[in-house]
Amino acid sequence: MQWQTVIGLEIHTQLATQSKIFSGAPTRFGAEPNTQACAIDLGLPGVLPVLNAEAVRLAVRFGRAIDAEVAERSVFARKNYFYPDLPKGYQISQYEHPIVGEGHVDILLEDGSVKEIGVTRAHLEEDAGKSLHEDFHGLTGIDLNRAGTPLLEIVSEPDLRSPQEAVAYARKVHQLVRWIGISDGNMQEGSFRMDANVSVRPRGQANLGTRTEIKNINSFRFLERAIQFEVERQIEVLEGGGQVIQETRLYDPDRDETRPMRTKEEANDYRYFPDPDLLPLEIDAAFIADATADLPELPDAKRERFHVDFGLSEYDAGLLTGSRELADYFEAVAHDSGEPKLAANWILGELAAALNRAGLEIGASPVVASQLAGLIRRIQDGTISGKIAKQVFESLWAGEGDADTIIETKGLRQITDTSALDPLIDAIIAANPEQVAQYRAGKDKVFGFFVGQVMKQSQGKANPQQVNALLKAKLKA
Amino acid sequence: MLQVALMHDKSIAELRGDLDARVYSSVELTRHYLDRIARLDPRLNSFITVAEEQALAKAEQADRAIAAGAGGPLTGIPIAHKDIFCTQGLRTSCGSRMLDNFIAPYDATVVGQLDAVVLGKTNMDEFAMGSSNETSYYGPVRNPWDPARVPGGSSGGSAAAVAARLCAAATGTDTGGSIRQPAALCGVTGVKPTYGRCSRWGMIAFASSLDQAGPMARTAADAALMLQAMAGFDPRDSTSVDTPVPDYAALLDADLHGLRIGLPKEYFGDGLDGGVAASIEEAIRAYEGLGAEVRKVSLPNSPLSVPVYYVVAPAECSSNLARFDGVRYGHRCENPKDLEDLYKRSRAEGFGAEVQRRIMIGTYALSAGYYDAYYLKAQKIRHLIADDFRRAFEQVDVILGPTSPTTAFPIGSKMDDPVAMYLNDIYTIATNLAGLPGLSIPVAPAAGMPVGLQLIGNYFDEGRLLNVAHRLQQTTDWHRATPPGFE
Repeated sequence: MQWQTVIGLEIHTQLATQSKIFSGAPTRFGAEPNTQACAIDLGLPGVLPVLNAEAVRLAVRFGRAIDAEVAERSVFARKNYFYPDLPKGYQISQYEHPIVGEGHVDILLEDGSVKEIGVTRAHLEEDAGKSLHEDFHGLTGIDLNRAGTPLLEIVSEPDLRSPQEAVAYARKVHQLVRWIGISDGNMQEGSFRMDANVSVRPRGQANLGTRTEIKNINSFRFLERAIQFEVERQIEVLEGGGQVIQETRLYDPDRDETRPMRTKEEANDYRYFPDPDLLPLEIDAAFIADATADLPELPDAKRERFHVDFGLSEYDAGLLTGSRELADYFEAVAHDSGEPKLAANWILGELAAALNRAGLEIGASPVVASQLAGLIRRIQDGTISGKIAKQVFESLWAGEGDADTIIETKGLRQITDTSALDPLIDAIIAANPEQVAQYRAGKDKVFGFFVGQVMKQSQGKANPQQVNALLKAKLKA
Repeated sequence: MLQVALMHDKSIAELRGDLDARVYSSVELTRHYLDRIARLDPRLNSFITVAEEQALAKAEQADRAIAAGAGGPLTGIPIAHKDIFCTQGLRTSCGSRMLDNFIAPYDATVVGQLDAVVLGKTNMDEFAMGSSNETSYYGPVRNPWDPARVPGGSSGGSAAAVAARLCAAATGTDTGGSIRQPAALCGVTGVKPTYGRCSRWGMIAFASSLDQAGPMARTAADAALMLQAMAGFDPRDSTSVDTPVPDYAALLDADLHGLRIGLPKEYFGDGLDGGVAASIEEAIRAYEGLGAEVRKVSLPNSPLSVPVYYVVAPAECSSNLARFDGVRYGHRCENPKDLEDLYKRSRAEGFGAEVQRRIMIGTYALSAGYYDAYYLKAQKIRHLIADDFRRAFEQVDVILGPTSPTTAFPIGSKMDDPVAMYLNDIYTIATNLAGLPGLSIPVAPAAGMPVGLQLIGNYFDEGRLLNVAHRLQQTTDWHRATPPGFE
């Protein structure tokens, strides 16, 4: 039987606020346990939540970025369940009325086509604390530093059809939240966590198969492998005549498999109801305008513009819009040099390779945009050849100043002066009568020999076009 | 010495005058009340915690402030707080074994705003769930007018302490009548303000959408002084309302000629005790004598208020009380064998029967498959109840009726019948559901026991309610009556 995979993702992204979503405690990562939890985060008696306006602003930016409706009125609800790292016995979330409604994120498939992935909703909620099961001699330690950290939960439609599509979507969302400055997207620190809802069905069947949910995946590689494993497992179960059980599973990267989560709870009933401590959140047009006023050009629009206006390939435009820093860098170089194509080639070629070797991000590049633009300008105006340019780039990387300084101090300028080239070429012709004779007898290939000689003796500084023209004229004679 | 002996009979305004004139010091006044508590409270059990040391320290501080001319309206006045308000460094039990060991690291906003001398924390029904003060982990409170009877609840300790002159005034909270009903049963003045008028920060939540703090005092004028300090917007409470607080004292004496008083026919039907009805009738005639115009109004959905309340309040409480899990503070069972055991035994041991009953009712009402039929439907009816009042206030300025259908009942008489107990609040619950202000003042007693008259006002019309109450108290002296043995 032919099986079709159906995947939906829930992504929890931590919003980049200074303080928590309902208290003034800081959200800094990595502090000593329980040093960043105030009375509100601890759920002491009599405390009350007050909504952090910055979290709302960031959620609104996301809504706008995925072309979704931002709800004028959204409602915080309590999700009730008992767990030691959930101090109040409920999580404040949004249920029936989320702040961000339906939108979409477009992904590029391997065949180059674009697929629109529906986003069902995105809602604000608070994170829980952490249970620490090691180092407590059979007991569990609770760290509530993370309790109350603002999260935006982004829920996709079950539009994804393969692990690769799921990863492409997740990467796109990851790119987007960083691009618009609402999250640092740091996956090691748990700022971007993914749950995958996975099911399979016979190809052509309309109804969805029974799904399982793989929780808390924090890398794209694990996401792909977890889904791959789960799809194969489900197909095996079904083909063996069994049934998929709707359950929550965890991915174990060490064994590369998913396992049912150990849980004593039967069907969860979270008893959601509107939180009476918080009034419905009402957002007016002015707030939305203010929150989105400085929203940057979004990656898709930028990619399209790079493609159309600068004549870059879709592929290169996609690479250059991989992050906002890279796109900004490219635009600066393209603008300064007036040579978008050369700029793209240099950034994706020489610079990317050097950054890779050094393990650096574009933001930490030793060659700043204006320096690379300076180099490209000198290639373009013929001051240096492409070959010499690589040498100049290395000097730029080593911090030896800007391109012009390097070219001057190292004497790398191309020789374009005919009076300097004439004697050089004359001498080479005089010294190689055999080759001259061959050339004149119609052996065109020998021409390359002369060019090579000139370039060699000029230490690469001769302008190749000029050399060609002069050689041709002199050999004809 | 006569002067000193009668300190506990003075109004807050009189005490203020005496303290400012240095007739006696706040320390002397505080000692006087502490002595009375030590001597008389064993009969009542109205205090859970008496804070002698802290009270005297605060009184000394108050005396210095008064001497420096830096005192506020309540500086040096000895009051008591219902044990539901968090008080920094002083145990806040909420009447429950669960919080028997809990000391909050902060003051409730109203505690801070009152800035008075705190004699101690008053007894209450456990987590404010009850109408008789019999559900307290610390034992029932006795009614100063008859120790065999209940003081009402849940703010029964505050009502009894004010009635017995064990404090100048006290705070209470009212979720379904918990200020007004005990005020009525003990013969004191109690105000339940508009929802959002007083901050809920630091006030342990029972039902968040209904809970409201308010003053309990001997007179409307004293209640006005208390409310003046308690009311106001608090950025730490998202449900508190940012609307100016009027000068309540300045509104007290307004003339009542032309005041339109509405009598809801639903508040004078079956179930209302004849003696209580007669006292209310007498007060209505007194108001007519003061120039008020009385008309009949109808609140057709009010019979639904008790069932609606017993869905909404337990639903919210089932969630609000989830934090008491034995993990971070409060009661924890001995030697839990695993997490589930920790939860189950800590909560089973920490909560009393009525609290457990309401948690279960609320959990049920919010469960999948029942939510629409109970919680959602209750919320819809809540709107209808509020609409009833809106229509009534198009015709009248205040609504008048009994606070409670009967006078104080014998201790133990209703504990086996929760529904009979719940019906005590039949006249008070609707105002909480609508978020409206209400107050209760003592009128002519029935068979020797206090009777409360309830006045309900439009949103943020506490000033008018206090005015209407005060004018009656100027022409009558029911509010001055002291329970025998507490003179």
